[in-house]
Amino acid sequence: MNLVSQITKTMLHGAAEMVVAGHGCICDPSGAMYLEDDRILVVSDLHFEKGSSFARRGMMLPPYDTATTLAALGRVIARYNPASVISLGDSFHDGQAAARLPEQYAAQLGSLMAGREWVWITGNHDPDHPADLPGETFTELAFGNLIFRHEPSKRPCPGEIAGHLHPAAKVVRRGQAVQRRCFVSDRSRMIMPAFGAYTGGMNILGRPFHGLFDAQAIIAYMLGSKRIYPMTAKALYI
Amino acid sequence: MKISKAPIADTGSALLPPLFLNWFQAKGWSPRAHQLELLEAAQAGHSTLLIAPTGAGKTLAGFLPSLVDLAQRGKSNAASRGIHTLYISPLKALAVDIQRNLAKPIEEMGLGIRLETRTGDTPAHKRQRQKLAPPDILLTTPEQLALLIAAKDAGRFFEDLRYVIFDELHSLVTSKRGHLLALGLARLRRLQPGLQTIGLSATVADPDELRGWLVPQIDGSPLASLVKVEGGAKPHITILQSEDRVPWAGHSAVYALPGIYEAIKQHATTLIFVNTRSQAERLFHDLWMANEDNLAIALHHGSLDVSKRRKVEQAMSANALRAVVATSTLDLGIDWGDVDLVIHVGAPKGASRLAQRIGRSNHRMDEPSRAILVPANRFEVMECQAALDANYLGAQDTPALGDGSLDVLAQHVLGMACAEPFQADDLYAEITTALPYAALPRDTFDRLVEFVATGGYALKTYERFAKIRQTADGSWRVTHPRVAQQYRLNVGTIIEAPSLNVRLTRQRGKGGNVRGGPVLGKVEEHFIEVLSPGDTFFFSGRVLRFEGIRENECIVSKADGFDAKIPSYAGGKFPLTTYLADQVRNILADPDRWGALPDQVSDWLRIQKEKSVLPQPGSLLVETFPRGERSYMVIYAFEGRLAHQTLGMLLTRRLERAKARPLGFIATDYALSIWGLRDMGRMFKKGELPLSELFDEDMLGDDLEAWLSESFMLKRTFRNCALISGLVEKRHPGQEKTGRQVTVSTDLIYDVLREHEPDHILIQATRADAATGLLDIRRLSDMLSRIKGHIIHKDLDRISPLAVPVMMEIGKERVPGEAHETLLEEIAEELTREMSDHS
Repeated sequence: MNLVSQITKTMLHGAAEMVVAGHGCICDPSGAMYLEDDRILVVSDLHFEKGSSFARRGMMLPPYDTATTLAALGRVIARYNPASVISLGDSFHDGQAAARLPEQYAAQLGSLMAGREWVWITGNHDPDHPADLPGETFTELAFGNLIFRHEPSKRPCPGEIAGHLHPAAKVVRRGQAVQRRCFVSDRSRMIMPAFGAYTGGMNILGRPFHGLFDAQAIIAYMLGSKRIYPMTAKALYI
Repeated sequence: MKISKAPIADTGSALLPPLFLNWFQAKGWSPRAHQLELLEAAQAGHSTLLIAPTGAGKTLAGFLPSLVDLAQRGKSNAASRGIHTLYISPLKALAVDIQRNLAKPIEEMGLGIRLETRTGDTPAHKRQRQKLAPPDILLTTPEQLALLIAAKDAGRFFEDLRYVIFDELHSLVTSKRGHLLALGLARLRRLQPGLQTIGLSATVADPDELRGWLVPQIDGSPLASLVKVEGGAKPHITILQSEDRVPWAGHSAVYALPGIYEAIKQHATTLIFVNTRSQAERLFHDLWMANEDNLAIALHHGSLDVSKRRKVEQAMSANALRAVVATSTLDLGIDWGDVDLVIHVGAPKGASRLAQRIGRSNHRMDEPSRAILVPANRFEVMECQAALDANYLGAQDTPALGDGSLDVLAQHVLGMACAEPFQADDLYAEITTALPYAALPRDTFDRLVEFVATGGYALKTYERFAKIRQTADGSWRVTHPRVAQQYRLNVGTIIEAPSLNVRLTRQRGKGGNVRGGPVLGKVEEHFIEVLSPGDTFFFSGRVLRFEGIRENECIVSKADGFDAKIPSYAGGKFPLTTYLADQVRNILADPDRWGALPDQVSDWLRIQKEKSVLPQPGSLLVETFPRGERSYMVIYAFEGRLAHQTLGMLLTRRLERAKARPLGFIATDYALSIWGLRDMGRMFKKGELPLSELFDEDMLGDDLEAWLSESFMLKRTFRNCALISGLVEKRHPGQEKTGRQVTVSTDLIYDVLREHEPDHILIQATRADAATGLLDIRRLSDMLSRIKGHIIHKDLDRISPLAVPVMMEIGKERVPGEAHETLLEEIAEELTREMSDHS
């Protein structure tokens, strides 16, 4: 399958397909990924309650990040109606965040979870199962030739779908730089963008990404406000 | 500090103690009239503003009341005394300079006065000692004052305070630093109600504002006394006459290089001012290319490594240099040896700014300063002429003092809680004695206190994490010592643009194994972020090749060749002042005044008059013409680049709605050009889109609102407010390396806050800032109401002469806020096309 057909194939809702280890992954501009055949929706790095986590340390960030993240999650779940949802780690910003979750949000999350299989993959921010919440918790999960884990392994790992690094891509035109969160892949493995409202991005040409991908084959799917913008290595800036 | 040998004012003998009179006499000097006037006012118990041009002996005048008072106070009990005089200057370097100059008379008169500086560079043990045994005179900066008054022992430290001297007051008061300083002064007054202030200032448009600033805003309290030193010798200013063509557009002075070099040769020491770092680098490079005589020419700007800057400064004061190319870092009043010529490259953008820069040459009042203006393009020729005329008229266009910023007040409120618990009523009464906050509504103040405590959100979930909390007696106090620590680390209002060290390495970039070399200085992130490895640029006087970014450093190597590929964007930080804009418009409209302009410029205007019309004061000229496949509209608004950018954004939206299919726009200080696919001239003429409607003031309503929601400039403003108000913490050097995601992007915070609580006090503060700052909405709104019913439309077959400069900027200037999505789409589609070509 050649690159062009992947890149030109734009889909409903501005999503675009990326083939990873033979699986067609639908990359949604919200930052979620959908495996259509298996009806699995994957989101990564939700970082619920990051705001209150900072507030504990004296930085009173607006306490609305969880609401914003939940609303976005609700929209994408409504759009694809998945049978299963995998949250790829760092779903909660700290170990107490799930317990701190205000009741209305816990209820909202509960209704999103209802009627579907829900998997929490543990992350460095949330090594344990979130308090008082349903769903199953794993450190990693294999599915066919795909493997879902939070931190990308340092070695080549075909079929790995990971998060953790908050990938972002930057392009430049007319003296102006635009950086956006992105899906990044070399068709062998993929790192997903962070989904949470207060999660930023780290340039995929930066150090933490070194050696993870075949540099020539890198494809970045940048998140636009309404669609995905596919970019290849030559367009990327550090 | 220089003191004239002019005849003595006789009253001196009555005011000055014999010790001082003898000292003046021994030096063969006599006190100047204004020095004695100020002394008299101070001794009568008045706070006083001294307005004097550079070189008038302003500093000694400012300190004379303190020195006399200290001399008469005697030396008894020295150890237990607190600070007697506090001197505050905007620059660390200035405080150090003053110490040097003041130490001499103190020593020579044997006054036994202890004089010390306290800045960010003062070592901790010395600060500690100063707290225990305060000097008589403390020389410091606004940030240090904020720290001192936020300390628990502030009351004791300042219990003997008599005088507070503010140097360069004109440059301090209009900024957020000035707001913080005004609040600091209010606190000092509470600690020591009897203190007197002395303000030292260059000439300003409205001295009464500064006189008010110096005294508490309490009913019936009079303005500070005013002592004014009239002008000195008129400066001798010329505009560089060049054989070569003055460029239509751009900011390069290359055409004038031979003239500039000749002028350097003819003078002992020349100070060359440019508006931006890039211009400085470029000019320095070009001068050295032309430097056949190997003259000692140096470069000085704020991005260079400190040690490099100090070297230049030392060489300068030792008169070892023939010329220095500098940006505004040298703007304020420090003595730099015997400069006998100032060259100003590029338009000065403000008449007062020019006057202050020219004041740098010949620091002696009795001799005229010499200055040469070098306009970089044709509009700048007129701007230089206008500034030159203003200088001779003594016209001033310093900005008016605005209302105090809310983010600064939030910072101050926390600082005051760190000092001691406060009652809201008392603190409110205190801060409203500061001029910038005199009109602050009580309810806004209360919301700010809530903001400081818990973020002040409608959703009250942070009560348990509160930074300050009301106790049983109603007073607000800090909840944890950590809060005070955080406050101390984040004090101040100077937000530096994120920047990276520039490190020179030997190896050519394999990315992996570059060896460390010297750090050349710092460069802003936004400059670096558009470079790709291999690009070359000027920095620190050389051509560098960009290799990549490693951690927090920009890695470069020496480039082959003599030219740099990356053009410098942006001509300058300062928009044209309203005053100069009016003057330029007047020159344009009045052919009788064209005689003063070079022929090539007056010819240009003459042809404009023939082919189109000249813009007239009091109306707005809009030209439309086709070019290539597009239709262009050029608007001659003369409101400065920032206001034009805002106007450009808003008009593009409207044109879009009117189906004119606009494609882009470009703004300069003088004009705005918008282009699109449909014939706009025809649309205006046929009444399909009347110009009066297009320019209706209502664009500042919904359209502005809609645009603001995605404006990156508003996000940048929000970032500053978030940092200053203490919502997020400043990052400190080294901290970047401790881990990723240590902090949250303020852009993300802004998006979330705006969505959920658009009336939050910090968004309110951001809007207020943006209105006068990056968006210049106030100026735009003034213009829109002024030109109502006075729009002149000229539909042309082809580009007009006056439109050439702005048209030439197309594609050269960065257009901030240009639709990011469009840009992404463009690149993505290009890549897709390329790949289908290959397959």
